[in-house]
Amino acid sequence: MATPTPRPARAFRLPRLSPAWAPYVFISPFLLLFAVFGVFPLGFSLYLAFQSWEPTSGLGAMVFVGLDNFTFALGDEWFWKALGNTGWLALASGVPQHLVAIPLAVFIHSSFRRLRDGVVGAYFLPYITSTVAIAILFSSLFSTDFGLVNQAIGAVFGGEPIDWLGQPAWIKPAIALIVFWRYLGFNVVLYLAALQTIPKDLYEAATMDGAGRWQQFWYITLPNLRPMVYFGVTLSVIGGLQLFEEPFILTGGRGGADQSGMTAAVYLYRMAFDFNDFGGASAMSWLLFAVVALLTWLTNRAFRPRASTA
Amino acid sequence: MTGRTSPRPTAPTPRPAMRPWAAHATVGVGALLMLAPFYFMFVFATHSRTEIFNLPPPLWFGDALGDNLRILTSRLPFWRNLGWSLYVALASTALTLLFCSMAGYAFGMFEFRFKRPLFTLVMGTMLLPSFMNMIPSFMIMDALGWIDQHRALYIPGAASAFGIFLMRQFVASAVPRDLIEAARMDGCGEFGIYWRIVLPLLKPALGTLGLITFIASWNNFIGPLIVMRSADNYTLPLALRSLQSPVNTEWGALMAGSAIATLPLLVLFALSSRQLIAGLTTGAVK
Repeated sequence: MATPTPRPARAFRLPRLSPAWAPYVFISPFLLLFAVFGVFPLGFSLYLAFQSWEPTSGLGAMVFVGLDNFTFALGDEWFWKALGNTGWLALASGVPQHLVAIPLAVFIHSSFRRLRDGVVGAYFLPYITSTVAIAILFSSLFSTDFGLVNQAIGAVFGGEPIDWLGQPAWIKPAIALIVFWRYLGFNVVLYLAALQTIPKDLYEAATMDGAGRWQQFWYITLPNLRPMVYFGVTLSVIGGLQLFEEPFILTGGRGGADQSGMTAAVYLYRMAFDFNDFGGASAMSWLLFAVVALLTWLTNRAFRPRASTA
Repeated sequence: MTGRTSPRPTAPTPRPAMRPWAAHATVGVGALLMLAPFYFMFVFATHSRTEIFNLPPPLWFGDALGDNLRILTSRLPFWRNLGWSLYVALASTALTLLFCSMAGYAFGMFEFRFKRPLFTLVMGTMLLPSFMNMIPSFMIMDALGWIDQHRALYIPGAASAFGIFLMRQFVASAVPRDLIEAARMDGCGEFGIYWRIVLPLLKPALGTLGLITFIASWNNFIGPLIVMRSADNYTLPLALRSLQSPVNTEWGALMAGSAIATLPLLVLFALSSRQLIAGLTTGAVK
């Protein structure tokens, strides 16, 4: 791009940039990429939501169908099923994440000093690893006949091996477990950061007043974590509703037995790339977007720290 | 922060929420459970398909790694896929660092018209659910003729909102305004200021963003799933996925491939876990 030492006799020079124009030039790559890969495609998908179109038949084959795609989606059994699966998974993987991450963060905060980085690293590691590698590994661990999970369960509790990935009832718990495992550490880090901001004086005063460990946790720690709970739960909701890779790979890209592992994002993908219905898939993506926005807003209302009790 | 004038002689340290040994044990056992899947990935990578599903399963390394790699390279252009993953991740990292530092510098150091609405726009793109982009991004790649081209994987995301945000925060705290003014007085051009003064000052943030971008690209699955068509052009995640089949999946080979795909991440994480964790939770942790 630029040579470190400017040579005087260079044939070509960049035109001199005035300070007034410089910021626009500096953000131009963002604007260009955003226009080409953000605004235009999104606008096009909104347009497409009102068309009937299969990409294989060329752009000329597009037919305006009004709200047909939307009414189809709303009457589509699989659409509701996918929505239900997504909500189930978001709750079953999201809620335990926070219920476990908070006490875990408190333990790490209060009783780890030297080993702290290592311990936090161990919990965080799943978050940065390849979902595909992880999902592949877990499909072997969850394998029916001699998978590690079933062998462990059989050794401890006995009983018949569970067909984790073949039985509609077990696919979702298996997926939820992986998602829980993957994002637990991220939440632990969030809560650890929040714990560091609670003034030590509060605990000292409480101890002087004879408050026990539970009371301190309940009346000092938890209320002070509230803003972070709000933030973390919002992130979990947004992330949970977009779940794609884990269910996609664990169900071989098809949604699993009786579509019980098919999340909304997986259905969207199948609709477009398996069934070639781009108009229907676009309409569905906008409906889902509305659901995500609504749920995010509701979470926001439910968990927002009240202004008066700052 | 209220400085107490006379600290009480017997100020007790805050009591832990639980007896230390119990907290240690809980956290320790949990940490081992978190790491166990990685351990089994590497152990399984050294066993054949039949050994993996033995009763009891293998708990220690075996000697089938060579066989597994042979199967892997016969079923897939594995090293090629690995090379593409590396190429895409490096290209994506270089472009992202350039574009995000430029935009972050503009937002952090300049006053200009439409600055606020533009920055709101940048942040707004972060809120868009990823599935909204699935169909549109396929359409645009098709229109540009980028289907099965690697540039479709590293160009579109190169000016990421997260990166711009990270850079702007760092510019605001680490680049002294006086220094920029002084350079301007000395006749240094705007691009020269960015390249020779701002960029070197941004090194720590560039390191963090670089790591995050590299890892995200290395792990990217949806992007290649939508645009890549030929197995020769696949990146690793897509290549590994293609080996999975309803029957007769070569689990040993698949585990060896997954382990190789995971190894660079483990190394990066071991070298920079603090920086990575702090970077990935920016925004939450101010």
